Amino acid sequence: MSPLDLSPAAAPAPRARRVLRHAAMEARLTVRNGEQLLLALVIPIGLLVADAALGDRFGLTGAAFPASVLALGLWSTGFTSLAITTGFERRYGVLERLVATPLRSSDLLIGKALSISVVATGQALVLSAIALATGWAPHPTPGQSLVVALAVPLGLIAFAGLALILSGRASAELTLALSNLVYLAGAAAGVLLPPALYPAWAQPLVGLLPTTALAESLRAWAEGRTDPLPLLILLGWAVAGLALARRVFRWTS
Amino acid sequence: MPAALTLTDVRLRLGGREILSALSLTAEPGEVTAVLGPNGAGKTTLIRCCTGLLIPDSGTIDVLGRPAGSPSANDRIGLMPQSTGAWSGVRPRELLTYLASFYVEPLPPSDLIGALGIGTFADTPYRRLSGGQQQLVNLAGAIIGRPELVFLDEPTAGLDPHVRRQVWELIGDLRSAGVAVLLTTHAMDEAERLADRVVLVNAGRRVAAGTVAELTTQRNLEQVFLDLTTPGGQL
Repeated sequence: MSPLDLSPAAAPAPRARRVLRHAAMEARLTVRNGEQLLLALVIPIGLLVADAALGDRFGLTGAAFPASVLALGLWSTGFTSLAITTGFERRYGVLERLVATPLRSSDLLIGKALSISVVATGQALVLSAIALATGWAPHPTPGQSLVVALAVPLGLIAFAGLALILSGRASAELTLALSNLVYLAGAAAGVLLPPALYPAWAQPLVGLLPTTALAESLRAWAEGRTDPLPLLILLGWAVAGLALARRVFRWTS
Repeated sequence: MPAALTLTDVRLRLGGREILSALSLTAEPGEVTAVLGPNGAGKTTLIRCCTGLLIPDSGTIDVLGRPAGSPSANDRIGLMPQSTGAWSGVRPRELLTYLASFYVEPLPPSDLIGALGIGTFADTPYRRLSGGQQQLVNLAGAIIGRPELVFLDEPTAGLDPHVRRQVWELIGDLRSAGVAVLLTTHAMDEAERLADRVVLVNAGRRVAAGTVAELTTQRNLEQVFLDLTTPGGQL
């Protein structure tokens, strides 16, 4: 039929290549997806522009609001995009196919983490540039810069754990619906609306959410405060989320 | 030469129902083994056990001399899943290049695209391809790593006769190259034409096995199928 050399010669490529190629594929597909771009960039940019045009929002000062919008972007990338992507990977049999390749499950997870990191970094750069261009003037302390350097990856890991728990069990359609609902709930719970705006009885609960912890870290960074406490909350969510995801995740739907 | 695949007394229960029931079979290098059975007989579950996606409750599965699902086994197999098997937005050329990057000596994606006639839709998003075009891309993905054992789950379902013949020819080429091919199918003519050995499965059990000639001494293969299996593959 063809000049193809079909004689068996399967040998795995080096791990670094497998991981990088998978990360590149995931990042490309994410950037190409219009709905995910809407959540990752369009909505946050709209909020930044509205803030610049209309003044302080939700009781947040000019320095804190763009920081909250950055947290919102990271929440969408780390949770919503990953949940939807993974849910449909299960539905479409992508994971089932990849099992029968040299791509190990750990390669796949590292690739996903790299992809999210790349997208989140690009997203943070774009949003920060727009915020700075519209007058944002953060004045961070060195200590809080260190806190944020840890809080952002921990927050993304925590969000990813939650995304994999949802998408690893629910159907793709349910994942799509729930992840958008949870995105909105998370945006309200601590990201755009800080705990201080909630009734006194709800404030401790909202304060323990990973969305709040990440947003509070970024707000403290922008406002020149130093507050390492959210790191503990994020660490707890990251460890618990990944452990539970590992336990409940199913490769096929 | 040792068998490429050996299942011994494999049992699996899912949702309180026995899906595989003391199933045993082998697939040899350079041969096509066709697993025939009605819908729900356990054919896809069998493949999922062989790739390690599902773990049998008892019994053993040996894939290329290694336990099913072990990395050293999965490195050397290929899988054409029954369902889509690709991201909706990915393009065939992009998908095949990506899959090829996992191997040291893969088939060149451009050669495979040319040989399977994928070129005209190689840059079309997967979701816009017809069912037959998607099947061809899935088949290409299964063999791009030059596997020793390839699982083809209903490889010609939904294909027009031209493409079906093309796929049959490729499966014959794989056999000639020494690849062990395990395919599932409902198509009797496909099994008769391609299979060196046929394993007939009903309700997760092997109800007959042998060459087509051995199974059809009294009746044709379709009659054997109808006599030995039940609608829905259930007892």
